[in-house]
Amino acid sequence: MPDMPTVLQQARRSLAIARKDVRIYYAKGPVIIFGVLFPVFLFLSFTIGRHLSVDFMIPGLLGMILFFTATSVSPIVIPWEAQARTLERLMSCPVKIETIIVGDILASFIFGLAISLVPILIGLFLGITVLSPLIFTLAVILAALCFASLGTVFSIPPTNLPSTVNMIAAVVKFPVVFISGIFVPLDELPAWGQAVAYISPLTYFTDIARYSIQGRGHLPAALDLLVLLGFTILFLVVAMKLHQGTMPRRI
Amino acid sequence: MNNDIAIQVVNLTKHYGELLAVDHLSFTVTRGEFFGFLGPNGAGKTTTVRMLTGVIKADEGTASILEYKAGSLKAKQVTGVVPEMANAYGDLSGWGNLMLMADLYGIPASLARERSTRLMQETGLYPRKDSLVRTYSKGMKQRLILCLALVSDPEVLFLDEPTSGLDVQSARLIKDLLQGLNAKGKTIFLTTHDMEEANQLCDRVAIINEGKLVAVDAPEKLRMAVSGMHSVEVSFDNMVNPGVLASIPGVNSIKKLGDKWRLYTTNLGELVVSLINYSSSNGLKIISLNTLAPSLEDAFMALTGKEKKDA
Repeated sequence: MPDMPTVLQQARRSLAIARKDVRIYYAKGPVIIFGVLFPVFLFLSFTIGRHLSVDFMIPGLLGMILFFTATSVSPIVIPWEAQARTLERLMSCPVKIETIIVGDILASFIFGLAISLVPILIGLFLGITVLSPLIFTLAVILAALCFASLGTVFSIPPTNLPSTVNMIAAVVKFPVVFISGIFVPLDELPAWGQAVAYISPLTYFTDIARYSIQGRGHLPAALDLLVLLGFTILFLVVAMKLHQGTMPRRI
Repeated sequence: MNNDIAIQVVNLTKHYGELLAVDHLSFTVTRGEFFGFLGPNGAGKTTTVRMLTGVIKADEGTASILEYKAGSLKAKQVTGVVPEMANAYGDLSGWGNLMLMADLYGIPASLARERSTRLMQETGLYPRKDSLVRTYSKGMKQRLILCLALVSDPEVLFLDEPTSGLDVQSARLIKDLLQGLNAKGKTIFLTTHDMEEANQLCDRVAIINEGKLVAVDAPEKLRMAVSGMHSVEVSFDNMVNPGVLASIPGVNSIKKLGDKWRLYTTNLGELVVSLINYSSSNGLKIISLNTLAPSLEDAFMALTGKEKKDA
């Protein structure tokens, strides 16, 4: 078990890595395209022309934007660093691989939170009311962390091409969006559809966002939060364990 | 463990699939030593450096840096690294890169600023400190990478081909800096292809070939230990027959170098007399004649088995 000062020391170094990621990677093309533009256009293409209420649409839009933005930075940082030949220097610094992963997750988490303010503000402007602000805030923070952690799982295969990682991510992200009750409420899905929906972490965020805004969810709010927490821990553990093996193979 | 030892390597081994990249390597580097690590391409030099700096794990064996296990946070904390082909972050300024590195080593901000200013001044980068690194020349980038390795004021410095492909001015500046650091007591582990560089800078050199250590000694001792590598460089006023030249008594092998011939021997005196006799009996005039002791390159070639027998 590491002593506390080491944990604090590594936490400070994770923050330094996150600051570096913010300065370098937020403005990269794939981050803007896949993290901001893509979810907005995808959402518009599925909602324009349908008579959906604002309080139904906003949780879906928020869920999709949070999911895409929080998973847009963390998958590409490590392959990008390997390709730009900055990763070896980073790995030779007194930081653990876990410290690097946490730094990348933090950068993605902050990006997800910041961009998710846009649909929240749009919703407030359009007159929605957040009935359970505390639960809503907790859910947004937990979901951003969960999705940012998922992003680092996408970059586990030791390829140094960010485009390949984005392709791997897209293969997972698009089906997830369609099975998570964003466009069709969970209540209206057939039993098999609901069973599939339960394997997606986005389902639980969309559900709790609807609970916070519409006042009713498909599942109990506490269960949504617990499952989101469970997914977050799972993604963190998987990313940290598997990157231990694949990160040195990128050099 | 002996406190005078900066780097200790015992049976270090690394496989890449079927390939045995580093084969039970053992050596020590003492504190304050300037240690050269030489070998042909693919010999396992960079793999060894990566194991010592904690970037990859060894399959077998142990290594320690100042008593700390290589790859541990404590070992990394006392180590500065200039990796082969590494880059600084192109989208950050030189100064931004230095501040990031200082953060990753836990250097207090005021000390980081003071050291970064001094290092950038010493390497001539200070006027461009706020420019993005992607606008730097190759020489400037390499000088910055050295600054990044030094911002933590490490006790042990690993450099993998730090002057490779650089202009003369940048290479000279880096070599001067390294000599200055060594004079201040820093231990330097230098991987290089440049034999002259190793000869000028290193107290001792290790030569590795196909993952195995073939020699560790002072450059002068390695040079003198290579028998049959004394040579005479001679040029004549007319064409000569290589076959006849090779048959002169005392000649072990010959090599054509432009308009000159290099003749390798174990007996310099006998060869010089034979050459004078050969030229006078064949009506040739000797334009120049120099006797040469074996170079570190000759020793390297002999020890790694890369020397061609004849021209």
